[in-house]
Formats: sequence, C-alpha cells, structure tokens
Amino acid sequence: MVPEEKAQRGLFPLKSSPHLTAPLTTPRVMLDVLIALLPVTIAAILFFRLHAIVLILASVAGAALAEWIGNRLMNKEHTLLDGSAVVTGMILALCLPPTFPFYFAALGGAVSTGIGKMAFGGLGYNIFNPAMVGRTFLTACFGTMMTAWIEPGTLYPIGGGDLVTAAGDVIAVTAATPLGIAKQMLAAGDPAEAAAIAAQLPGPLRLFLGNIGGSLGETSALAILLGSLWMLLRRTITWHIPAGVLLGAFVFGLVAWLANPTVVADPSAHLLGGAMLFGAFIIATDPVTCPLSASGRFAFGVGVGLITMLIRIVGGYPEGVMYAVLLMNAVTPFLDRWTAPRPLGLEGTSHA
Amino acid sequence: MRIVKEFSKGFTTHLPPFRLVLGLCPVLAVTTTVANGIGMGLAATFVLVCSNVLVSLLRKVIPSKVRIACFIVLIATFVVIVEIIMKAFFFPLSQSLGIFIPLIVVNCIILGRAEAFAAKNPVHLAAVDGLGIGLGFTLSLAVLGTVREILGAGTFLGTPLFGESFEPFTLFAKAPGAFIGLGVLLFLLNAVDRFRLRAREESLQRRF
Repeated sequence: MVPEEKAQRGLFPLKSSPHLTAPLTTPRVMLDVLIALLPVTIAAILFFRLHAIVLILASVAGAALAEWIGNRLMNKEHTLLDGSAVVTGMILALCLPPTFPFYFAALGGAVSTGIGKMAFGGLGYNIFNPAMVGRTFLTACFGTMMTAWIEPGTLYPIGGGDLVTAAGDVIAVTAATPLGIAKQMLAAGDPAEAAAIAAQLPGPLRLFLGNIGGSLGETSALAILLGSLWMLLRRTITWHIPAGVLLGAFVFGLVAWLANPTVVADPSAHLLGGAMLFGAFIIATDPVTCPLSASGRFAFGVGVGLITMLIRIVGGYPEGVMYAVLLMNAVTPFLDRWTAPRPLGLEGTSHA
Repeated sequence: MRIVKEFSKGFTTHLPPFRLVLGLCPVLAVTTTVANGIGMGLAATFVLVCSNVLVSLLRKVIPSKVRIACFIVLIATFVVIVEIIMKAFFFPLSQSLGIFIPLIVVNCIILGRAEAFAAKNPVHLAAVDGLGIGLGFTLSLAVLGTVREILGAGTFLGTPLFGESFEPFTLFAKAPGAFIGLGVLLFLLNAVDRFRLRAREESLQRRF
C-alpha cells in the first residue's frame, strides 16, 4: 500500500488541502441551468409545438456527438455525463428560428461543441461561448433560413418547405419580430410611415408573455425570468452580468429614443424583444467565458448591452446579442486582468 | 538521389502551407474555388523556380549584407512577368486573383526558399527544390479550394455537383471558412503523422 493511502485510511486520516469541498460540481451547475431552461423550453413547445421538440433534440444530439468524438480523439475522459454538451445544445436550439431545418440544427450543435469547445481543449478552455459559436456558424452559412420567422402555433412542415401549399392553402404565416419592426422603423422615410410601422409592434404584455414571432426560446420574457430566478437563488449566476446588460441596453436605448422618438422603438420593446433577456440571463452568464470578478462581470454585461444596442440601432442587423456576447468574450481576459483583486497585505503595488 | 529528395520534400516534410506554415495570405484569400487555387499555385511555382535559379546562379556575386533586397528585386522581376502574362492570356483568372498576383512578391515561401536553399546550393538543386515546393503549394491550394468550392458553392471546377435543393454552406466561401478549412486540414495531417509515428515506434519495439 502506498504510504499516502495508508495515512488516509488510519485513525487520524492525513490529507493535503483542500479539506472542505463545496457540493458545487459541474454536473450540479449544469443541472441548475437545465432546470432554469425548463420554463423557456415549455414556453417554446407551447408556442411552436413539434418544431421546438425536434430542434432541441437534434441540436442536443449533435452537440453530444461532437463532444464524444472530441474526447475520443484527444484520449480524454468522457465528459458527456456532466451535462455541459446538453446545455450547449439546448441553448443553441432555443436561439434558432422555429422553421430551421433540424439536420442543420444538429450540424450547428456539432459545431458548437466540436469547434467552439473541444478544439480549444474541452470544457473550461474555450474562449468563446460554444452555443454562440454554433449560431454564428449557422448564421454565416444559412443567413436567410436563420431569419425566417413565423407566427406561433402555425403548422409549418418539419424540415422546411414552402409557406403555401401547391393547392394554395396557407400553412404558416410569416411574422415580423419586434426587432424586425424596429429595424423597419429606422429605415422608414418619413415620420408618418415610421408611426404606421410602429403600430405593428406588439404591446408590452404580449412581449412579456411571448406569444410572438422570434427564436424558440427568446419570445417569452416571463419564462426566461422564472428560470433565471432559480439560477439566481441557487447562485449558479450572479446578478452582475444581467444587470449590466440590461442597464447598458436601457441607457443606450433611452438616449436613442429620446433623441429620435419617431424612428427608434421605445426601450421597453428593445429590452423585452429579441434575445436581450435570454442573452442577459442565460447566454452571457456562461461561467467559462465571462470574467471572474464582480466588477469585471458588470463591465462585461454593460459591454454586451451597449454593443447589442449599437448593432440594433446603428448597425445593419436587427439583432446583435450573439455578436455582442462573442465580442465581449474576446475582451474577457483583459477585464480579468484589470479587475484582478489585490492580494491581501500588498500595498502600493500595481494589481497587474 | 539528391535531386529526387529535394523534389519530393515539397510534398512531404516541406509541404507548404501545411508543413512550412508560410504564405498563408494567398492560401486564405484565393482558395474560394479550385481554379483560383491552381492558378495561384502555378503562378507562384513559376516565380519560385525562376527566382531560385537566378538566386542560385548569383549566390557568389550578391554581398551577404544586401542579399534580402537583391532577392526581392529578383523575385519582383518574375512576378511582374507572371502578372503581364496572366493579363494577356488568362484574363478572367487574373481578374479573380486580383491583387494577390502582385503580392506573390512578399510571399514568405519564395523569399524563404531563396534564403534557406537557393543561396547555398547549386543551380540544378535549386531549380528542383523550387519546382517541388511550388507544386506542393499548388496541390495544397487545390485541395483547400476543392473543399471550399464543394461546400461553399456546391460546384467543382464550376460544374454543379448536387441538385437544385442543395443549400450551400456560404460560410466556406468567406474568409472564416478558409480559416476553419485550413485548421481542419492541418489537424488531419498532424493526426495522420502522429498515427504513422506511433506505428513506426511500435514496429521498432517489436523488432528489439
């Protein structure tokens, strides 16, 4: 028997630190995230029926397969059971439009974990949010399919197809997302035209409940907040990032709206519409790719919020959460360095 | 045979850009189609062979302090020749390659071979070295171009491969697709190398 092992088994076990371990393990964190995603998933299934189920299953399967292959190739321990691939696949699926073909969703899941995570060395080594890497890949490949929105509850054929059958029956109705409407307002020629477009914006209550066009998981603010409450209570996430995102977006949106209220949608539409809430609470709070310190996290959140609004109001795309999160991911090492806590007892030294 | 060795290393230990990770700019920029890749590769091969020959011939004349400047002047001469020839006889190709033909001047592979090989070796070896490396470069560009053209446009040398319903992965026609394609090809080559190395070690162990 090895001496260390003997020492551990004796009457007075000897063991080097750490002596106390918290019950917070990767599987537990991932389980909390999955619980938090439950209301969003239920809302997605209520609004988009079978499409939501098929897309989530396909995306999770793709993500899990790529994770398994990646571990196999690198001769690493298998990490499927820690749930991180499932979480990545779920988040990716919830960011997809309901009409998206399921086989491409599986491909997106595979890119998320395969290129977004395993290529960097696995969980904990990735620089960029894996689900957003997958979504960027899909957006860059299939731009038109990634922006095809339908009204909730319509029976669009699984796997894609035309909105109108050969016989002329309308199968599904395309829907403008709140952000699409906001973009049209910006493009409108005169104030009267902008006002007419603005009238199409769903009211705050509909935005809050989420029975509108949009990606699977981002339509219902209520479901997202319910899930996030669980993560906040379990301390899976801290309040700094969501608060930063919402504050940054609100301030930018408010200033832009006050400066030009006829063509800019009001801040509530920007906060409740699109992926803002889903991004603030669920995407940006990925523990691997966000800064470690509280102040760093807050700055990270503010950056995400500002860049998102910059893209929405000034840029060419209606939505910008995905790019905002990826851009801030790239800045995360610097935020960590600038906000590194000073070791106790060190005085007058720089904290670099 | 020295000549065979110097020629074949362009496809094995010195295969650009996968083994010598040099000249990445044209590799990423022009490999959107197979034809572009091959055209770029052949243009670079011509410049590489000619500059290697001339550098080797002049290696005892050029003072070592100003050798880089002299090499660049020699390379630039041949690049201008290629550019004019392509404009005269392969106009569409030269249009689609655009600025990357004049940029062959600053391609690290060409200067690298002049400095590392042609300046130290006799002219016949320098010519063979240039030819091998150049053809290896052409092959790599063609392979990457094939991957990107098939995935990004669904065609090979301009002919459609799939039916109308094929949804091209437009990402591969853009710059990020070039990076991802290059990275995956590098990974595959390294994986094959490692596999072969392990097999050789095992066979050696069995022998002793």
